[in-house]
Amino acid sequence: MTSTSTDQTNVSKAKFRSTLTALGMLPVLVILAIGFHLLSGRFLSVNNLSIVTQQASINTVLAAGMTFVILTGGIDLSVGSILAASAMVGVIVSLWPDIGMLGIPAAIGVGLACGVINGVIISFLKLPPFIVTLGSLTAMRGIARLLGNDTTVFNADLPFDFIGNGSLFGIPWLAIIALATIVISWFILKRTVLGTWIYAVGGNAEAARLTGIKVPLVLLFVYSMSGLLAGVGGVMSAARLYAANGLQLGQSYELDAIAAVILGGTSFVGGVGSIWGTLIGALIIAVLSNGLILVGVSDIWQYIIKGLVIIVAVALDRYRLKGLSRT
Amino acid sequence: MSEAITQSRIPVLEMRNISKTFASTKALTNVSLTAFAGEVHALMGENGAGKSTLMKVLSGAYVADQGGTVLVEGKPIVAGDPIKAKANGISVIYQELSLAPNLTVAQNMFLGAEPSNWGVVDKAAARARAEPILKQLGINFGPSQLVATLSLGERQMVEIARALTTNAKIIVMDEPTTSLTSRETDRLFEVIAGLKARGIAIIYISHRMEEIYALADRVSVLRDSAYVGTLERAELSAEKLVSMMVGRDLSSFYKKEHGAPHQAARTVMSVRDMADGYRVHGCSFDAKAGEVLGIAGLVGSGRTELARLVFGADRKMSGSVTLEGRELAIAGPRDAMDAGIAYLTEDRKGLGLFLDMTINENINIGIIGRDASRGGILNFVAAKERATRAIKSLSIRTPSASINVGALSGGNQQKALIARLLETKPKVIILDEPTRGVDVGAKSEIYRIIDELAGSGIAVVVISSDLPEIIGIADRVLVMREGRIAGEVLASSDQPISQEAIMAFSTGSASKVA
Repeated sequence: MTSTSTDQTNVSKAKFRSTLTALGMLPVLVILAIGFHLLSGRFLSVNNLSIVTQQASINTVLAAGMTFVILTGGIDLSVGSILAASAMVGVIVSLWPDIGMLGIPAAIGVGLACGVINGVIISFLKLPPFIVTLGSLTAMRGIARLLGNDTTVFNADLPFDFIGNGSLFGIPWLAIIALATIVISWFILKRTVLGTWIYAVGGNAEAARLTGIKVPLVLLFVYSMSGLLAGVGGVMSAARLYAANGLQLGQSYELDAIAAVILGGTSFVGGVGSIWGTLIGALIIAVLSNGLILVGVSDIWQYIIKGLVIIVAVALDRYRLKGLSRT
Repeated sequence: MSEAITQSRIPVLEMRNISKTFASTKALTNVSLTAFAGEVHALMGENGAGKSTLMKVLSGAYVADQGGTVLVEGKPIVAGDPIKAKANGISVIYQELSLAPNLTVAQNMFLGAEPSNWGVVDKAAARARAEPILKQLGINFGPSQLVATLSLGERQMVEIARALTTNAKIIVMDEPTTSLTSRETDRLFEVIAGLKARGIAIIYISHRMEEIYALADRVSVLRDSAYVGTLERAELSAEKLVSMMVGRDLSSFYKKEHGAPHQAARTVMSVRDMADGYRVHGCSFDAKAGEVLGIAGLVGSGRTELARLVFGADRKMSGSVTLEGRELAIAGPRDAMDAGIAYLTEDRKGLGLFLDMTINENINIGIIGRDASRGGILNFVAAKERATRAIKSLSIRTPSASINVGALSGGNQQKALIARLLETKPKVIILDEPTRGVDVGAKSEIYRIIDELAGSGIAVVVISSDLPEIIGIADRVLVMREGRIAGEVLASSDQPISQEAIMAFSTGSASKVA
């Protein structure tokens, strides 16, 4: 049904919709924050907000990588395990005298290498991302444990501990890194050729191929990016804890990252979504965790409530967008 | 228009004063439609005229505005309830078939209404009920066959069989022949005749004039969301229908000016011995600068497959492509595009467009790697200018370059896709069914674009199943049959390309060069 006037409404509707998709869950975030403040009386204090942003930061970085992957219609289940292995390598390298700062590039390098391996298998051997990254989730967990002989590695004099515990002009470094990741991701997705290709591959992979886009290279990039950001997450974890444990660190982080992306309104089949939505999604998850603790909800109930909130929030979002898009 | 017939029978379907408003747009204005038992009532109109909206009101997918009523056998039915509509005997077969390919024919036929005992599906009952229906339709596959193994034509039969399981009184068919072979189309027509004989009313949406002649008892035309009129079978004429649909006459359609024969023209692309070892066998041809080369042949004769091999979309087994004297090494579409070959896919939604992306992005995506960007960073100004220019030169009707391409009508989507190809500055452009699913207005604009491209020295290759179309626009027609080029038909200065010659080659009743 297209005449000039329908096009006109389509334009405003499309604009309205994209604004809403971008804002998507912002109202939920605000309501949660206010609600927790009313219940606990101290949620919106500067001190607590600083804690929330730090808690959100690692998940935000992982979720940014996950956004790239999900935008192409894929999934990366291995980020939690990659984070653990990267953190192990980071702490082990940091123990080398004088050149401990090399722990940062070493950890990020491990993440990148894992991502590249995922990407090569998925894009050139054309195996399903779910299976491939499920395999690397398990394998990388084993490697992370192997690296420390299944023990926790410590470094009380971690040379890059400022990342986990310091701040710049009062803003925690963790939050700065997370925000920088979001801004860079936004730039890649919305301002570069590569970003357009990512959306195109997710929207219609076969059409992308016929348009001359090298689809395997785009897929290689997104999984590499996700691995690299998992490596960054590993540095952030290690810096915060002065330690890493191959068994426990990063357990089920991939699920939080996926939840953040989906809460942020990115389509699970690819092609539609925004990095700002992911940021809001990650903040919602952090606000929930923090707020429920402040209110005094038990650990067990936190899981149940978080799960329900994710489902209800996404359901509301879909319902609302469906109402809008009906033509 | 003809009171005598209308009064003598009771209509099985009456849609009265149907209007439908979306936000501020009127998609239908006071449309009425009447159908009698045992008639084929064709519904025509350009894309966007309101046919689909009207049918969605009928099927219950949309609720019409206040004041409109739908009556089945004289009784009003509840608006906006697809399940009730079905129970009232209304069945709609959409262009995109809605079958589950992983299930059997019988499972599909009873999908959502499985015969069961206490929730356990009664497979024997389903088969027993399916078999007589399939037999009535003269179908030669069984109820336990997987739908995935059926051809498109056979799947359509399953859709019709499904409609019959619910005792449909009114069956709507939305361009049912779009992807059928001519044999399957004949088969469909036989089935439609059978349905008529059983007193079922068929509302048949189509753009194809010959189908309307073959089938329709009456034809109603919609234009710009409004009802224009209804013609009885005796009053049918192509000129009348076209002028009702567009308010223009037929002569402006194929406006190809057959100039001098292009024998002397320079050969731009030579394809030699192209084969995939499967559906294309040793095809060779030349495309010349400034000519429109048609490729005709029946569906399944290997036309699309040949084009995809030339473009590098599929892997070839043997064969070479030479462009302006240089043999190309084409490993994929990117190589072909870089060399100057562009290919318009026959499936614009499935393989061409990015429906969630804007017109601007869709037009620029083929070249943003180079022209519209600097060092990998998007140059929005250049891209916007380019898109705006393309929208203007191809007259794509849209208020803005920044709306999603999915919101455009079929014809405008097609033009946006052609715009993308033109931005790659091709020397050879292969258009695969460029006017499929496009309304008459957009069709003539696409013909104009093809003429202009040829005029500017590009070699244009047009694959088409529409014989009058290919005869109207091509200088020379290659006819494919069973993966080979069966013959070539030329236009001479005093005689146009003959439809008979093309048919003779494509059916195998003539051999080699006419």
